Parts: sequence; structure tokens; C-alpha cells
Amino acid sequence: MSERSRTSRISLSRVLRTQRRYWLVHLVLFAGGLVMVFPFVYQLLMSVATDAQVRSVPPTLIPDTLHWENYTEVFTKLPFLRQFGTSVLITVARTAGQLVLASMAGYAFARMPFRGRGPIFGALLLILMVPGQSYLIGQYRIVRDMGLLETPWGIIAPGLFSAFATFLMRQAFMGLPNEMEEAARLDGANQWQIFWRIMLPLVRPSLFAVTITTVLWSWNDLLWPLIVTSREENMPLSVGIATLAGEHSTDYTLMMAASTMAMAPIFLLFFTMQKRVIEGLASSGVKG
Amino acid sequence: MAATSITAASAGGGGRAHREGPGRGPSRVGAWPVLFIGPLMLGVAVFYYWPIITNLIVSTQRSNAFGGNPTFVGAENYTDLLTSADLPSAIRNTLIYTVLVLLGIPLSLAIAAMIELPGLRLKGLYRSMYFMPYLAMPMAVAQVWKIVFNGDFGLLNQLLKSFGIDSPPYWLVTPGWALLAVAVFGVWASIGFNVIILSSGLKAIPRELYEAASIDGASGWRQFLSITVPLLSPQIFFLTIMTTIGGFQLFDALYAMIGRGNPAEPHTRSLVALFYRQAFQNSAQGQGAAVAVVILLFVAVVTLVQFVGQKKWVHYV
Repeated sequence: MSERSRTSRISLSRVLRTQRRYWLVHLVLFAGGLVMVFPFVYQLLMSVATDAQVRSVPPTLIPDTLHWENYTEVFTKLPFLRQFGTSVLITVARTAGQLVLASMAGYAFARMPFRGRGPIFGALLLILMVPGQSYLIGQYRIVRDMGLLETPWGIIAPGLFSAFATFLMRQAFMGLPNEMEEAARLDGANQWQIFWRIMLPLVRPSLFAVTITTVLWSWNDLLWPLIVTSREENMPLSVGIATLAGEHSTDYTLMMAASTMAMAPIFLLFFTMQKRVIEGLASSGVKG
Repeated sequence: MAATSITAASAGGGGRAHREGPGRGPSRVGAWPVLFIGPLMLGVAVFYYWPIITNLIVSTQRSNAFGGNPTFVGAENYTDLLTSADLPSAIRNTLIYTVLVLLGIPLSLAIAAMIELPGLRLKGLYRSMYFMPYLAMPMAVAQVWKIVFNGDFGLLNQLLKSFGIDSPPYWLVTPGWALLAVAVFGVWASIGFNVIILSSGLKAIPRELYEAASIDGASGWRQFLSITVPLLSPQIFFLTIMTTIGGFQLFDALYAMIGRGNPAEPHTRSLVALFYRQAFQNSAQGQGAAVAVVILLFVAVVTLVQFVGQKKWVHYV
């Protein structure tokens, strides 16, 4: 017992000594971190201020009374609920679609030997090298011809198919051992059962990585929804918020309240599982 | 985010052993691959391959606002584009922006190296502080930056005035400054992802290397240059490619921060903004399609140069 408390005391003093040696590092990191976080704090503060306070010189950082009515006003000036619903729908649909399609295809590319597998996979990866603008006009025409302009399905459709997600899933399936697959096959399971029951649960971290990247990308996506929708009531939030910025004057506090609400779901989602999110994103980048 | 991939393919790909016994022929899997890959490839064909071909065709046509009445005009869209002043200025703006956001990589490296110092406390707090901007919806968070950069009541100028700078510029409406302001936003928004990638690379570097270097009397700075940077070169290369491609795709930040009618708009207009303007605002889809082809060539050339150049400085362990 006394042995343990002694070592803990030693390590505590060592920790303090290390942190003291690092005081300058702490100072720099904290100051830089404040710069990173400041816009969000400022946004929150302005979202409950008055327009006059936002425009005041010298600046009023802390509003004297909290104007929560800015938040309720967003719902009258903007079809906010509908735009929010569209954002949720396109995000959920794209994520679900990518998870299913990319994991199935990734599995086949990794574990089913078939003729033409290499070239087909190569052809799939090719679209990763092509910048998005090269297919936007064509996608617009297809979506228009399908009668999907001004609909969430028009926004959703192209984003269901992702070469990047398929690539990630293929990598994940390639890393799995053969034994379980063989055992399942001996037990008479077919390819679908092996995939669904045995292999898919084993690549959960990669499914999570695909989920994070797709959710982020869908929720924040701007250019494609901007092309597909032109009426306020059909836009997702990422486009709709801009309509609050008038040609000549902007109601800043309203804009701040709407922006805060548009970003809140992503922040809530990610801060409840922060560690896994960071790991997932790191793994979707490079495996060092 | 879609572009994240190219380098993931080159950097991470093909590493793992894939067992494929000689006895397993195509017959063994039967029609399963069609079922597994078919839906994806069908969608990719409809929404990616075919649109790319469409774009090439459209770039040789002139049509009315809705793409009707197309007539073949050969290379006219391209020659028009090459002789107009729009293209050179869009290329210049795009390149300036890209170079500016690339400066975010050394900055991110400094931050990541500090966060990953052994024994440093509050790592979690710092990681999340620097990570937050990466999550933010560009359209929404750019609105705050617009206020910060505002010429009359923006915090930046009020700060500068308090330091005795009497007439600081109207950042977002002055041609020379607007692109810089957008790039500051771009760097701020990209640091989070950079730090994540660099941190995961830093954690993989064995501590013994630093211990051995310390025994040999290498200074901290020497260790950083001779151990950290070379061993992080795959991550640095990955981020260089990603940032370059991302820089070429500049649109969201411009659309959010530089509105139409802004006098700085022509001086910040990127290639993608030019594309959007021609194809979807000016109803000149042929012109827009030609811009898209220029962007494609541009990305291809720069990526190729970077991949050739990487042999000189990227060390894979």
C-alpha cells in the first residue's frame, strides 16, 4: 500500500515537472486552439444578440440580454424544418446506400475471384481521379430526365455510389483471415450468408469510417444540391442558409441562429463519440 | 471529400496479402459477383461514366439554356475559353489559393508535433479544439468569418485599429485582399484533418529512434528534421496531394464569403466558380463543360507531377 502511494507521488511530481517544462507548448497550443474555436463561440454569442450589437463599434462580445427569439424567427423566415428534414433524409439515405453497396462490392472485389476483377476495380478507381465538375453537367441532365430536379432523391442519387467507400471496404475485407470463411463454407453457408453473418461484422471499424465520411460530406455538401434545387423549400440546409443573406442587407443574428442550428446535429453526433470519429477519419486517410 | 481517395489508393493500397488459391476458379463463385458488384457498377455507369462522356460531348456543342437544340461547334468552346480573360484569371486565383492553403500543412505539422509530445497533458482537449472546424458546414461557419472580416465593424479591423492601424482594408470586397481572406478560412477549416492524419503518423514512429538520437547528442530540432519529417513523409505527401486537389476545387468558401455583385468577385473567381457560372448561371453549358475538361487536365498534370516528384522525398518504411 505504502509502496503504491509512493510511486504515485513520484509519478505525479514527474508529471508536474514535465508539464512545467512544456509551459510554452501549452501556451502556444491553447492560444492556437482558441483561434480555432473562437468563431463557434462568437457565432453562439451573436445568435442571441441584436443586429445593432453585431454592428457595434467597439464590439459587443457579450450581449446584455439574451435574444432567444432569433431562433424562433428562423422558422418563420426560412422553411427551416423542411430544409432540416431534407438534410437528414439525404444524409441518412446516402450513408445507408453507400454502406450497403460499397460493402457488398468491396467484399466481392476482395474475396471473390472472378474474371475481369482487376480491370473492373481499376475502372472504378478511375472515377476517383476525375474532379467532380467533369460529371456535374451530365449528372444534372440525367437527374432532370428522370424528373428528379427539385426533389431530395435528385440530390441523393449520385451520392449512393462511392468508389472511395468501396475502396475502403475492399481494403478492410482483404485484411481478414480465411479460416472463418472456409469453416462457414464447409457448414454449407452460401456467399451471401458468409458475407452478411460472418465477414461484415468483422469490418465494423471500416463501416464506421465510411459512415463518418459520408455523413460529413452529405450534411455539408453544397454544389450538387445547389444545382439540383432552386426553390427554397426544396433545398437542404447547406444551401438554404445562404438565402438568408439578402442581396443588400443581411440579418446577422438570424443568420447566426440558423447556422448554429444547422451545425448542431453534426457536432452533437461527433462529440458523443469523439475518439472513434478521430480514429475512423485517420484510418480513412492513410494507413501509415 | 470524394477526392480523398486517390492517394489512399496509392499509399495504402496493395499492402496486404490476399490469398487466392490456385484451385479457385471463376466457376466456384458463379453468379455471386454480379449480384454483389452489379448494383454499384450500374449506378457508377449511370451517374459517373456516362456523365463524363456527356461532358465531353457537351463541350463540343452550343445549345440553348436547357441544353436543347444542340449544334456541333467543334473546339469553339475551348478556343473561346482560351482567348477570354476569364480562364487565365481563374487559373491564377485557383493557384494562389492552393499555394496559400498548402501553407497550412507545415502549420499543422507544428501543431501535431506539439500535441504528440510524450507526456504532454490535455492532448484530448487540444485535439478536439483543432478538430472542430473540420466538422463545420462551410456555408454556415463562413457567415461568422464574413462578420469577422467585415470592414466596418469586423473584429479583425477593430483589433487592427486598436493596434494603431488606422485604415485597415475592407477584406472581402477589396480585390487584392479577398482571396487571402478566403484562404485564411480555408487553412482554418483544413487544419483539423491535417492534424488527425499527421498525429496518427507521429504515433507510429518508434520512440527508440529518438532515444538513440538523444544518446548520439542530436538536438530536438535535428531529431525533428532527421527522424520526424522523413518518417512522416508519406502522410505529408498524402496531405499535399489532398490539399492541392482540394484547393483546385475551391468553391464552397467563395460561394459563402464572396457574394455576387462583390467587386472582388472577378478577382477571386476560381476554376470551379467559373465552371458553375458558365454551366448553371449563364446557361452556357458548352462553355462550362469545356472549363470542366480544363480542370480535369489541370488536376491530372499536377497530380502526375507530384507523384513523379514524390520519389525524391517520400520514404515508405
